[in-house]
Amino acid sequence: MYVAVKGGERAIDAAHGMLDRARRGDPKVPEISLDQISEQLALSVDRVMTEGSVYDRELAALAIKQARGDLVEAIFLLRAYRATLPRLAVTKPIETGGGTVRRRISATFKDVPGGQVLGPTFDYTHRLLDFTLAAEGRAQVHPPDEATVSLDPTPRVADVLNQEGLIEAIPQGDEPDGDVTREPLRFPASRSVRLQNLARGDEGFLLAMGYSTQRGYGRNHPFAGEIRLCDVEVEIVPEELGFPVVIGEMTVTECEMVNQFKGSATVPPQFTRGYGLAFGESERKAMAMALVDRALRAEELDETVSAPAQDQEFVLYHSDSVEASGFVQHLKLPHYVDFQAELNLVRRMRGEAAE
Amino acid sequence: MMDGTSATAATTTGYNFAYLDEQTKRMIRRAILKAVAVPGYQVPFASREMPLPYGWGTGGIQVTASIIGQADVLKVIDQGADDTTNAVSIRKFFGRTTGVATTERTIEATIVQTRHRVPETKLRDDQIIVYQVPVPEPLRWLEPREAETRKMHALSEYGPMHVKLYEDIARYGRVTTAYDYPVMVDGRYLMRPSPIPKFDNPKLDMCPALQLFGAGREKRIYAVPPYTSVKSLDFEDHPFTIESWDEACAICGSTESFLDEVITDDKGGRMFVCSDTDYCGERRKESGDEPA
Repeated sequence: MYVAVKGGERAIDAAHGMLDRARRGDPKVPEISLDQISEQLALSVDRVMTEGSVYDRELAALAIKQARGDLVEAIFLLRAYRATLPRLAVTKPIETGGGTVRRRISATFKDVPGGQVLGPTFDYTHRLLDFTLAAEGRAQVHPPDEATVSLDPTPRVADVLNQEGLIEAIPQGDEPDGDVTREPLRFPASRSVRLQNLARGDEGFLLAMGYSTQRGYGRNHPFAGEIRLCDVEVEIVPEELGFPVVIGEMTVTECEMVNQFKGSATVPPQFTRGYGLAFGESERKAMAMALVDRALRAEELDETVSAPAQDQEFVLYHSDSVEASGFVQHLKLPHYVDFQAELNLVRRMRGEAAE
Repeated sequence: MMDGTSATAATTTGYNFAYLDEQTKRMIRRAILKAVAVPGYQVPFASREMPLPYGWGTGGIQVTASIIGQADVLKVIDQGADDTTNAVSIRKFFGRTTGVATTERTIEATIVQTRHRVPETKLRDDQIIVYQVPVPEPLRWLEPREAETRKMHALSEYGPMHVKLYEDIARYGRVTTAYDYPVMVDGRYLMRPSPIPKFDNPKLDMCPALQLFGAGREKRIYAVPPYTSVKSLDFEDHPFTIESWDEACAICGSTESFLDEVITDDKGGRMFVCSDTDYCGERRKESGDEPA
């Protein structure tokens, strides 16, 4: 008569077997390779690397394959792997003003030193399904044009404004940089901690938060001062050498928002900054991050904190997809003891109400 | 090896004993020591991403991983039972990453990791119980901001919680919290006992075992040292009470354990059985009514 769910262990093994088969799909269809994911689903790889906090295309591609293309699950896989890795060194700050620029646009000036470089962008494409892609093995891809990378020096747009004092200097905190992977969040959180949190934050969440500031919930009048996609060198300074050594190259997308600021009792009106940075080509993420970064600076700039995007605890505690996904989905776990306790309570209260 | 335990033959290679690296374990043990020194106080710690999702026991897993040794015997329960899927999964995880012996018998375990229950069998002073905690802050539903609640703890400003309980009594004639019922630890810190039914709250008081609480997603660890006072909040004229059943366990006949309700058909048929499967099984053995 006793029919409660038993045999959890066998059920789990069987479920994992099914998952393995589902992941592979129809065996008649050729298996996808990590190279194919890395090359042809490159933007998925970029997102997983960014939010997974590991710059490694191969591992990100593996995570995507294992997660059946579920990017949030892939991010989780990469994070869990990352958590076991030793911390060998801290790199020098990357220099996004140098490096090879593949895309660089400014919405604030018609022309800027170094020029506007569109690069590989979806912008200005017509979103019409290209049925020639459905027929596999399309022979021709577009041949490369002559100059695909800018060779001229491309100074930061904000630095141009800075020469006139029209924009604030890059805000420098007094505190040493935090590390969100080694210390729990404390409030108020320093800007370095906030930026780290946003960099790992879920793109969809940041997009909605950034969007909300544009719709009046913490409006901060943004202009896309500069968006750049560039390849930069990563350097460390080994203690025993005492000079920087290049350990690799990475591609990043950087966004610097220029925001209006009315000024305060102590500061005359000037433009302020919001900053976004992401691995690979992750422009939507970098832009949303810059909007939210600026919104979170409300307190420091003596602005009224009234909207969700300006609220540190609200944004920083809910931005992480690994945390959010886990906790939302934990509702699947059995809760029958708590439910039983509630059931008893409600029955007794209803019984009393009926008397 | 003791009777009833089982060793895991194959352990996962490429990872440290109990998954976490030793630096991380040391950091967690420091947090635990602080938590033991200040009973009921939530110690922030740098929780790691574990290969199991947040909300599925990552706090408890990290605590267990940082205290478990080769000689330990581990028991994992969820809803009081060893065979619920998540308990199986966590037990397997430690089997794979440590190879230590596991058991389903409370008396054999040196470490019991639990979600939502405290075993019916009384714990001893050579045992540690590790609770998985989803939301560590007892004041959270009254005040969403961490910066505020930390201040409230610092000032022992627990008035709002008493007001909440008072309002329950004024409106419903009773406190309408059935699980995760707030407790005062050592007369100082207000603490969430994790979502155990309030039926289990008295077991925390003066418990001989060390009680550790891990909240992974919220990055907090707290503790109740052995033989520490844990008092469920109440009023003189409305003393704390625990739930009771009119029925007895349909399997072992116990009238003293927490009972789960099992729906047996679609015509309102139901039966009640012990939520603690080990306790239920042991009682059947004693009465000679061995499970088939």
